[in-house]
Amino acid sequence: MTKKYTEDHEWISLDGDIATVGISNYAQEQLGDVVFVEVPEVGAEMGKGDELAVVESVKAASEVYAPVAGEVTEVNEDLEANPSMVNEDSEGSGWFAKLKVADLGELDALMDEAAYQDYVKGLG
Amino acid sequence: MLNNVGRPTRPEEMDGEVDNFETYTGNKALNLETPLIFEQGEPGRVGVDLPEPKEFTDRLGGLSREGNIGLPDLSEPQVLRHYVRLSRQNYSIDAGFYPLGSCTMKHNPRINEKAARLPGLGDIHPLQPVETVQGALELIYELGEWLKTITGMPAVAMSPAAGAHGELCGVMAIRAAHDAKGEARTRILVPESAHGTNPATAALCGYKVDAVQARPDGRMDIEAFKAKLGPDVAGVMLTNPNTCGLFENDVKEIADLIHGVGGYFYCDGANFNAILGRTRVGDLGVDAMHINLHKTFSTPHGGGGPGSGPVVFSDALAAYAPVPYVVKGEEGYRLQEQVEGDAQDSFGRMKGNHGQMGMFIRALAYMLSHGADGLKQIAEDAVLNANYVRVGLNDLLHSPYDGICMHEALFDDSTLKDTGVTTLDIAKAMIDEGYHPMTMYFPLVVHGAMLIEPTESESKETLDMFIGSMRHLISKAQSGESPEHFTQAPRFAPRRRLDETSAARKPVLRWTSSAS
Repeated sequence: MTKKYTEDHEWISLDGDIATVGISNYAQEQLGDVVFVEVPEVGAEMGKGDELAVVESVKAASEVYAPVAGEVTEVNEDLEANPSMVNEDSEGSGWFAKLKVADLGELDALMDEAAYQDYVKGLG
Repeated sequence: MLNNVGRPTRPEEMDGEVDNFETYTGNKALNLETPLIFEQGEPGRVGVDLPEPKEFTDRLGGLSREGNIGLPDLSEPQVLRHYVRLSRQNYSIDAGFYPLGSCTMKHNPRINEKAARLPGLGDIHPLQPVETVQGALELIYELGEWLKTITGMPAVAMSPAAGAHGELCGVMAIRAAHDAKGEARTRILVPESAHGTNPATAALCGYKVDAVQARPDGRMDIEAFKAKLGPDVAGVMLTNPNTCGLFENDVKEIADLIHGVGGYFYCDGANFNAILGRTRVGDLGVDAMHINLHKTFSTPHGGGGPGSGPVVFSDALAAYAPVPYVVKGEEGYRLQEQVEGDAQDSFGRMKGNHGQMGMFIRALAYMLSHGADGLKQIAEDAVLNANYVRVGLNDLLHSPYDGICMHEALFDDSTLKDTGVTTLDIAKAMIDEGYHPMTMYFPLVVHGAMLIEPTESESKETLDMFIGSMRHLISKAQSGESPEHFTQAPRFAPRRRLDETSAARKPVLRWTSSAS
């Protein structure tokens, strides 16, 4: 299973052609306490960079973008009642949505974990 | 020492500990508690003595209410004390320095209030026959003329009720102009440092918001802007000076570029205070801009009164401006109320009546009492004060963008790194110092942002005291000696730190009786 990261702090983890998407641990730390998550509709077609979800914290509301193009196959419905899961386990149970990836090649352009950690360090 | 009735006239030595001291009432001397108004009163208690109504038959066709409407029964002094106590727990510009960035919390001159209370202006009704309110219509017209002259723009819509309503007015006019040409454009470009209301306005008008990134110097990246231009772009919404407190130097080029693709230029005028009397936006190629009378022209806001957001238009958009508006004719003033005749291209009406009359009176009083020279000095002093604060704190706090700022000084939290004290903690400690905190964590492009707008109202003494207080706090935070001074703040506010997370995750939006 490959896990990749974007410059906008989404992670994407691939299992077959189904990818799980969420926000990185760094992103949840920066956001602070998450109070609301709006997830997409199952069946929605996402282009790469389209707005996949909205995450709202006590500090700010931010968009979460689709790291690659694909169709939404499943969303994490538990987040509505329990948005704190994003803070507690952002790269695990706090996932946002699953996508059926249209072009697996699109993942190649994303950062692996080591490259992402370097990128985050550079942000200071 | 005792006086002649045996009463001590000098205090005993005072014990310094008050933190854990509790009173029976929960009051702390002048800091008086008050329960929710629904938790007060008693059934049958009233403020006025009304006679019992005589027997009557209603004409509600059997739709009369059966149950209780759930309002508390209270006496007049109870109501009065409740709201007076609440008001004393509030912070106001009349009580102290209010450096809330991007809000222009300036002094509200009392002459404005005097004018607004004149019976001929204060006691009239918006639906009175126009021949009985010629003076009021003249006032609206004159204020519009001042706004047109100040901005160098040929047309004005007075009815928008506040800044975001003004934005909506401007973008609705842009949409109407494209519709009139039969063009279905889909995108509006908005820089990422924009006020949140800008993208919201564009979305409300049916446009897709396309964010333009900022350059390292805090201005909109003109190359990124160029790359996003195309025949589907309806316009650009740019705040100038922007929310980083910086003048967008490329504004003329931005205007030319957006016009080049057939789009329109909306300028967010929320920060107009900084350029008032110094820059005519009409010369910059702006097609529409709202002016917050409640910021730049000193009418009360932030809980003190309604906003008012007139919009000035270029010739290209003037025909689409909303009704109603005041027309000056040989027979006096009249209202153009319908979308017909000269107003046949108007996009319609966005407010029941002509706008916030009480704010028009105050704004015109402000303009007349300052005169043209005074209005120009407002912008100069506002910028001077912001830079005085910037320079006064620059060795302790880091400015993300170099150089002179406009009306507000912006800092990031880089010098607080690893101290255990955050921007939020500094803000809470400022409450204990008796200040309304600055704007924090905005603009979003600056980490842990602190945005301070002192306005021109404040004296050097006030600014020196504020700078001294901030220097004290920042130095203390950086020393790392007592982070709890900050993390435990505020100590002296009516309430300690509130649980914002629970308030957002589990909001209680409706009062219910604890008895039920």
